[in-house]
Amino acid sequence: MCLGIPGEVIDIVDRSEHLATVAVNGVHRTISARLLAEDPVRVGDWVLVHVGFAMSKIDQREAELTLDQIRKLGKPYEEEMDAFMDTEIV
Amino acid sequence: MSLPEGATPPTPKAASPAGRQVASESEVLDRIEAVRRRRPRLKDETVTLAHGAGGKASAALVDAVFIEAFGAPNPAELTDAAILTVGSVGHGGTPVDGESRPWACRIALSTDSYVVNPRRFPGGSIGDLAVNGTVNDLAVSGARPVWLSTAFVIEEGLAVAELRAIAADMRAAADRAGVAIVTGDTKVVPKGAADGCFITTAGVGIVPDGRVLGADQVRVGDRVLLSGPLGSHGMAVMMARGNLAIEADIQSDSAPVTAAVEALFVGVPQVRWMRDPTRGGLATVANELAQASGLGVLLDEEALPVRPEVRGACDMLGIDPLYVANEGVFVAVVPADQADAALSAVRRAGGAGRGDGPGAGAAMIGRIVANPPGLVTVRNAFGGTRLVDMLVGDPLPRIC
Amino acid sequence: MRFVDEFRDPAAARRLLAAIDAEADRLGRSLHFMEVCGGHTHTIYRHGLERLLPDSVDFVHGPGCPVCVIPMGRVDDAVWLAGQPGVIFTTFGDMMRVPGTAGSLLQAQAAGADVRFVYSPLDALKVARDNPDREVVFFAVGFETTSPSTAVTLARAEAAGVRNFSVFCNHVLITPPLRAILDADQVAIDGFIGPGHVATVVGARHFDFIPREYGLPIVVTGFEPLDILQAVGMLLDQHAGGRREVENQYARVVRDAGNPAALALMGEVFEVRETFEWRGLGAIPRSGYAVAPRYARFDAEVRFDMPGVRVADPPACECDRVLTGQIKPWQCRVFGTACTPEIPIGTCMVSPEGACAAYYNFGRLA
Repeated sequence: MCLGIPGEVIDIVDRSEHLATVAVNGVHRTISARLLAEDPVRVGDWVLVHVGFAMSKIDQREAELTLDQIRKLGKPYEEEMDAFMDTEIV
Repeated sequence: MSLPEGATPPTPKAASPAGRQVASESEVLDRIEAVRRRRPRLKDETVTLAHGAGGKASAALVDAVFIEAFGAPNPAELTDAAILTVGSVGHGGTPVDGESRPWACRIALSTDSYVVNPRRFPGGSIGDLAVNGTVNDLAVSGARPVWLSTAFVIEEGLAVAELRAIAADMRAAADRAGVAIVTGDTKVVPKGAADGCFITTAGVGIVPDGRVLGADQVRVGDRVLLSGPLGSHGMAVMMARGNLAIEADIQSDSAPVTAAVEALFVGVPQVRWMRDPTRGGLATVANELAQASGLGVLLDEEALPVRPEVRGACDMLGIDPLYVANEGVFVAVVPADQADAALSAVRRAGGAGRGDGPGAGAAMIGRIVANPPGLVTVRNAFGGTRLVDMLVGDPLPRIC
Repeated sequence: MRFVDEFRDPAAARRLLAAIDAEADRLGRSLHFMEVCGGHTHTIYRHGLERLLPDSVDFVHGPGCPVCVIPMGRVDDAVWLAGQPGVIFTTFGDMMRVPGTAGSLLQAQAAGADVRFVYSPLDALKVARDNPDREVVFFAVGFETTSPSTAVTLARAEAAGVRNFSVFCNHVLITPPLRAILDADQVAIDGFIGPGHVATVVGARHFDFIPREYGLPIVVTGFEPLDILQAVGMLLDQHAGGRREVENQYARVVRDAGNPAALALMGEVFEVRETFEWRGLGAIPRSGYAVAPRYARFDAEVRFDMPGVRVADPPACECDRVLTGQIKPWQCRVFGTACTPEIPIGTCMVSPEGACAAYYNFGRLA
């Protein structure tokens, strides 16, 4: 449910109306940042966009931490997997 | 419960968690796939927009109404152009018109109607679509397009300036494709009876000797070539409608594929099958190939070319580029040992590194497999495989 | 794409899968995890994750597809509204194909109704402002992720004094159906892949009741393949360590307390209905939102004399048992034969996010 995609804030269109423009892979859309009014969005922020609304700011540090954890979890299996991939018949 | 015609009822075997007797998972899935492989059937009482979207609903309508009335040699393979033989030899084998030497020539005949909203969009207009679409239908049937006819249904009130611009686009596209618009017709209908302007074109092309294309030519192991990135036309038009308020630098790929197709035939004379993935997208033509050949089509997800902006727009709207319309690319099946030759021939025709003409972004996107027969599958980066069904209706933006 | 591609790295996925395999082996028993969201179901099938995971890890597809859960009677009401003179009926594209007893909105459009799809509820409001002589109705559907956007739209409509706009409110809450499923007999669920996008609004802490009252682990999870695999690993870890808690795998987006501004707006614009009917699950108390009396003039159910006829789910349908994890989609007696994505019978087949549709479209082929 609830298709949400990351977009980068590239412009504040109207601060009082909470309108901002986000870019997704070079595609632009003006969205409402009203739901983030308590911590207003700034150009350069990344936000999760759903039905034309910024739902949440994306925390870049947390994203890195999650990726680190994922890498750590798989670490012990790295050699095993590399060996497996070398033998994979395509 | 009534099962659709031809489906076998499940055989009682394993007990379900609730203690009910059901067939095994693979038996159920086999049964469903048998149903899926069949041509879709028309169940609607009225025509809806889905019947024009180029997917399952379109196929069902054509089968139930037009094939029913007109007949077709092989309903499973309805191509966009008919290949016909003309010449001095009549049906009975006797020379006609008193000609001394018998002669024969294969021509391709194709027709298509163009209704697009808006009529002008980044990268094209209804005018160049009306030419390129019919030219491309001829080209992928193996023909060299020569002549076009055009018919206009115009709604009262259309500005003459706009009609002039459309005609100029048609002329430019015809010149680019090397075809002549040789005859036409104009009808004007009262306001409300049409939306602005509808165009129908028909085209005739000559099929050079030795070209034999068809799903029956396709063999297991053959490779699938796509001549350029997916989804640009459909997304350009969707963005240009403006109601989604999304701004994207997406140009329609509307263009004649004739040069790239001719280059392919020079590089690889044994091309097996070709089609242009217009409405319904790559997913739909791949399914048509699978059904008509009785073989499987295995696509490689990572190899599918999609421009970043097209992917961005698709992701924003929850639309799969596999189902989005294209107007300047073609899909070709070629023998595996000629895949490299095919790719470089098509890329060269598109201007390879420097240009962006049709063919420049060509890629090998998959191969023909024995199993599962009649179905299209996509292998993703994880090695997982999923089925790709035909388009069910027009792609709609979704929130979930 | 940033924050997407990194979470689709195949090499990392393979290593995670190896780690999951080893952990599942150590546990040595089968575990059934419910992914609450249709979005998760979609990712699982699209990337073939179910086939890549060990046999002992099994997914149960949850009720979190807001399109699927709308009962046929409500779809009939929507079609009725779309057919009223002067009405422009606006909807997300997802709802266009969902069948009621008198057809879908797409069929209503073919019959002449002015049905338009929009990307955002704010776009529906714009349609109203651009067409002051027409009545514009927005078909509001969705869980807590989507309801704040409707709330903002109504607040703006009021501030701007728009008079020709209303919403047909079908917003639903995620907790009541989860409780209904957990309270039912014969439920085989060992943990939850928690709804990441709902949690952006309600917060990760909102799901404390699952470990506290039902003794089950839940991991609030993102929507990319690596997110889901990591969440499976975290659930297995909780089982291995005998822990039962809420963990937040999707910390890059989800905060513990959610989005207080969104929650406040929802409280102002909506009120919880005494009961709301769910397709496949029946009537569930306090599970849906209605427009609050203060905003009644924007409430299509007040503004129009709607038929509101209740329509029972088709009897052949076994969606309720699919949704509670009692049977797999393929075990339903109409799956794939009488019930297909083109002609769906049950809730799970109506949207590509539904468990049965995902299974049908992307199914099998290891």
